[in-house]
Amino acid sequence: MNETARPGAGREEILSLEGVSLWLSGREILHEVSFSLHSGELTGLIGSNGAGKTTIFKVILGLETPTAGKVLFSGEARPRRNRSIGYVPQSIGLDPDVPLRARDLVALGLDGDRYGIPLPSRGRRQRVDEMLQAVDAQGFADTRVGKLSGGELQRTLIAHALIAEPRLLLLDEPLANLDITSEQEVVGLLASIAKARAIAVLISAHEMNPLLPVMDRVVYVASGRAASGSTEEVVREDVLSALYGHHVDVLHVNGRILVVAGKDEVHHTGPESEHTAVPRGLG
Amino acid sequence: MFSGFMANAWIVATMVAVVAGVVGFFTVLRGSAFVAHAVPQAGFAGAAGASLIGVSTLAGLGTFAVISAVAIGLLARRGRHDAVTALALVFMLGLGALFLSWSEEYASAIYALLFGEVLGVSTNQVLATAVLAVVCIAAVVVLYRPLLSASVIPEVAVARGARVHRMEMCFLVVVALVTTMSVPVVGALLMFSLMVGAPGAARSFADRPWSALGLSVVISVVIVWIAIAASYETDWPVGFFVGVLGAVFFIAGRCWVAWRGSGARGARRPGRLAARPVQLASTAGIGGEQI
Repeated sequence: MNETARPGAGREEILSLEGVSLWLSGREILHEVSFSLHSGELTGLIGSNGAGKTTIFKVILGLETPTAGKVLFSGEARPRRNRSIGYVPQSIGLDPDVPLRARDLVALGLDGDRYGIPLPSRGRRQRVDEMLQAVDAQGFADTRVGKLSGGELQRTLIAHALIAEPRLLLLDEPLANLDITSEQEVVGLLASIAKARAIAVLISAHEMNPLLPVMDRVVYVASGRAASGSTEEVVREDVLSALYGHHVDVLHVNGRILVVAGKDEVHHTGPESEHTAVPRGLG
Repeated sequence: MFSGFMANAWIVATMVAVVAGVVGFFTVLRGSAFVAHAVPQAGFAGAAGASLIGVSTLAGLGTFAVISAVAIGLLARRGRHDAVTALALVFMLGLGALFLSWSEEYASAIYALLFGEVLGVSTNQVLATAVLAVVCIAAVVVLYRPLLSASVIPEVAVARGARVHRMEMCFLVVVALVTTMSVPVVGALLMFSLMVGAPGAARSFADRPWSALGLSVVISVVIVWIAIAASYETDWPVGFFVGVLGAVFFIAGRCWVAWRGSGARGARRPGRLAARPVQLASTAGIGGEQI
C-alpha cells in the first residue's frame, strides 16, 4: 500500500454524504451511499454509465433531495446558492458563433450571478488573467468559446469554476471526448489545483486508469451503491464483487487495473461485451 | 422628410431599433428566434381583437403578447420550446383571423399591423414607445450577467443555484414588451427581422459580448433609418426594406466569417476534439463494468 496516497490526517473534511438513498419514480437510484471529500485531495467517482454518478452529482449540487441520509458541507447543511461548489459539466452545447471569448466565460465565473452590468475594473481583469494563467489558457484567451477544442474548453470551464474560489470542484466526465494528450494535461492540472488551492476535487469517470496516478481516493459506484477509500482498499475482488452483487475479477496489467466480470456470470451480452476486457491503449 | 409627422416616425423608429438590437442580442444568443416570431403574431391577434371591441390596439397588443410569452414559458418548462411556440403561433394567428373576419376595419389598418406603418406615428405613440423602451433597456441592464450565464452555460448556472426558469420568464416578458412597442411601427411579420437580423449579423463581426451588443444596436438603427428613408422616397412598405436589409446584413456577416475563417484556417482549426473515436472510449473502458 502506498501510504503517501492515503488521506492525510490534517486534511479538512469539505463534504460528506451519510447514508444517502434516493428513490425516483418508484426506483431506488442510490442506496445508502456514504463517502467524504477532503481538502487537497483528488477523488475519482468511478462507475459505468447509469451506475449513479450523475445522480450523486445532482445530490451534491442540491438538484436532487435525498430520500434518506444527509449531505453535509463542512459539517453543515448546504445553502441554496453555494459559491463554494464549482461545477464543470461534461459538455455544453455551444453555438460556434456565440460572441464570447474564453476570457469572457471565465469572467462570468467571477460575477455571472450578480445583477447589473459589470464595470470594467483592473482588479477584475487581473483576476481573470491570473486564472487563465493558472489553467494555462493564455494561448486561447481571446478565442471564441465555440472555436475551442475539447481540452481548451475544458480548461476554460475549469477556470470559470475556480475563479469563484470554491472549496469543492466537481467535474462530470472531464476526460470523455478528449484525446490522450489533452487527457493527461487535464488530469495533471486537476491534481495540481487540488494541492495548490487546498480544495477538494471530485472527478466522475467511467474509466479509472487515467486517474490512477493522481487519485487520492476512489468512490466506486455500481448499481446505485458505492464503496470508497484508497484504490487499494476499494478496487479489490471482494469489495467490488459485493458491490456488483456477483463475482468480478480485478486484473493488474502493466500498472493498469481492469475490472472484468467472471466469465460464467456475464448477465447480458450486449454487442459491447466482447470488447469490454480490452484495455484502452494496449490494442 | 424630417419635418412634421415624419419627426415622430424617426424618433419612434430609432427607439424601436435600439431596443430590438439590445433584446435581439439575447434572443439570438438563447436561440429564441422562433419565440420572437410567435409573440408578435399573438400581438397581432390582440390588436385585431382590441379594435373589434373598440379599445386601444396597443393595450390589446400588449396583453396578448405578454399572455402568449408567459404561456410559452410555462408550457415549455420541461423540454424544448419549438412545438409549444409553434402551437402558440398558429393558435394566435387563428384567433387573429377570426377577429379580422368579424371586424369592419379598413384593410389598410390591418395591413399596417402586419407590415408596419412607421409614417403614421402619433405623438401619444411616441410617449408609449419611450416608456416601454426604458422598461426594456432597464430590464436587460439588470438581468445582463445572470441572463448571459443562463443563456450560454445553463448547466453551470443551474448548478450554482441560479433560477434559470425565472430568468427565462423575465426574458419572455421583455420580448413581449418589445413586441408591443415595435409591432405598430414595423409590423408583426417583420419586427422579427429586426430582432434577429441585426444581432445575428453583429455576432459574426464582434467577438465579445459588449461589442456584439453595441454593434447589434448600430446595425439595427442603420437598417431602420435606411428603411424609412427608402420607404419615404419610393412609397414601398417600410417592412420590405427592414426585412431585406436584415437579411443583407446577416449574409454580409456570414461572408465576413467565411472570409476570415479561410485566412486563419492554417493557424487554428476548430473541432479537433474527439480525435479519438468516441466509440472506442465507451466500449474499451474499464473491462467488465458493463456487466
